Amino acid sequence: MIEVDRLTKRYGAFTAVDDISFQVGKGEIVGFLGPNGAGKTTTMRVLTCFLPATEGTARIAGYDIFDNPLEVKKRIGYLPELPPLYRDMRVRTYLEFIAKIKGVVPKESRRRIDEVVVQCGLVDRTEQLIGHLSKGYRQRVGLAQAILHDPEVIIMDEPTSGLDPNQIIEVRQLIRELAQERTVILSTHILPEVEMTCNRVVIIHEGRIVAVDTTENLTANMRDTTRFFVRISGDLDVAAKAIATIEGVSDVTRTNNGLHVHWSSEADLSAAVSARVVELGMGLVEMKREAMSLEEIFQALTMREERM
Amino acid sequence: MGNIMAIFGKEMRSYFGSPIAYVMAGVFLLFSGFVFRNQLLEFHDMAVYLKLSEREEKILLNVNTEVVTPFFEFQTFIWMIVIPMLTMRLYAEEKRGGTYELLMTSPITSAQILIGKFLACYVLYLLIEVMAFGYIGVLSMYAQLDWGPIFSGALAVVLIGATFISVGILASSLTENQIIAAVLSFFFLILLWIIDWAARFASDIFFVILKFLSLIEHTRDMIHGVVDTHDVVFFISAAAFFLFLTHTVLESRRWRA
Repeated sequence: MIEVDRLTKRYGAFTAVDDISFQVGKGEIVGFLGPNGAGKTTTMRVLTCFLPATEGTARIAGYDIFDNPLEVKKRIGYLPELPPLYRDMRVRTYLEFIAKIKGVVPKESRRRIDEVVVQCGLVDRTEQLIGHLSKGYRQRVGLAQAILHDPEVIIMDEPTSGLDPNQIIEVRQLIRELAQERTVILSTHILPEVEMTCNRVVIIHEGRIVAVDTTENLTANMRDTTRFFVRISGDLDVAAKAIATIEGVSDVTRTNNGLHVHWSSEADLSAAVSARVVELGMGLVEMKREAMSLEEIFQALTMREERM
Repeated sequence: MGNIMAIFGKEMRSYFGSPIAYVMAGVFLLFSGFVFRNQLLEFHDMAVYLKLSEREEKILLNVNTEVVTPFFEFQTFIWMIVIPMLTMRLYAEEKRGGTYELLMTSPITSAQILIGKFLACYVLYLLIEVMAFGYIGVLSMYAQLDWGPIFSGALAVVLIGATFISVGILASSLTENQIIAAVLSFFFLILLWIIDWAARFASDIFFVILKFLSLIEHTRDMIHGVVDTHDVVFFISAAAFFLFLTHTVLESRRWRA
């Protein structure tokens, strides 16, 4: 459905997107994962024909984004990070305007608006001014705008940013519902979000693709390196040395109240670590598995790539 | 066509759904009414004076040249201030609010957006002008008017509005700051208005060019009742030229670096 072919976007000397290629099949939900400034938004803006690519191209539903922008635009729904809303319009008026510029057949437009309003949970807000809506409702209006013309592809830039936890859950639910018959690309910098909503992940870092994988594989890969936090009552330096000698432990770092213990083997070394602490006659106060932060995953992935 | 009407409708709703249209119409009608009234009183004073002086030689006093012509001249001057305020938001506001991205990622061309926006502002301009013509309508009930110069003056108003608005839209497309857009178009219009002043001190070819560029040069005859196709063509091509420049500015974002 979406084929991105060696896409590069430069702003002057700065390369925002550097030679990226990937494919997205029909019905897939793909997550763009990366820290702020990684090039996610730029990639999306190129795909939606808002910005031209410096080099390379992409095809959406078989149409080239550069040669056939109008055909591409008919087939995509786009929700930018800041929902593109006219604050002085009422929700229904806004959707009527969207229906017109997105080329919804006039006869169909009333029916489509009613459908979308129900889908996005806006039924009792249609007569309100958009400027008076809360952030969560504005995001819903943004989503309604993106799906109104029933596009084959939906592109969403950080659809859950700035929402409260309940709203995030609702929006994710909505995205999964929408994706049943459509292709979705969404960007985020939150790892669990990708795990919860996407089939496949494209990890972008400094404008380049660091990894493309299914969500399961990616999280499995992440488990290659396991990190435990161990809090001990006793001399931390002595304990650190002793734990570092355990076979399979790759790294031990000290913090002011405990130790971070890393191991990269498949085996679970937690028993060995706790045994070693007890052998030293020290108290094991706390031991917990730590999730790797996104920053660390990027570090791990970028380092892995350099090693290859 | 449907797309143009969609943009046109949206802009009209935005003008009339906010205080902009009413405030601008109010300001314009107040100022032009002020001028019209004062010109009329001046005219009245002169007429009374002439009658009282009982001079032998006849001096022609004409309501057209004493009231209607200055009224048209002053109108174009107020429009130079009011039009930048009508056009400043057209693109700058969309860019600031993120809705420009919505328009540019919709299956609609930038020419359609541009024409829709231009027409909305132009129709608002013409509506305000129709109201201002009410002053002349009232005058016609009490005075013998020569309608020829009034029609040619109306034509000048119709033509110069299109040029002013296209300059304002160009300024708005260059920035996402409405104040900058207004200031840019305001100064550019003033420059075009008084550029023939510089012509006085220029020689040969520059004299001709500067004189030709001046808006005041092209309106003067028309307001006085002489319609020259050369002036008509000037305004139409100037409006088309600035709209073309705007379109180029908007499209240039899609050029490959």
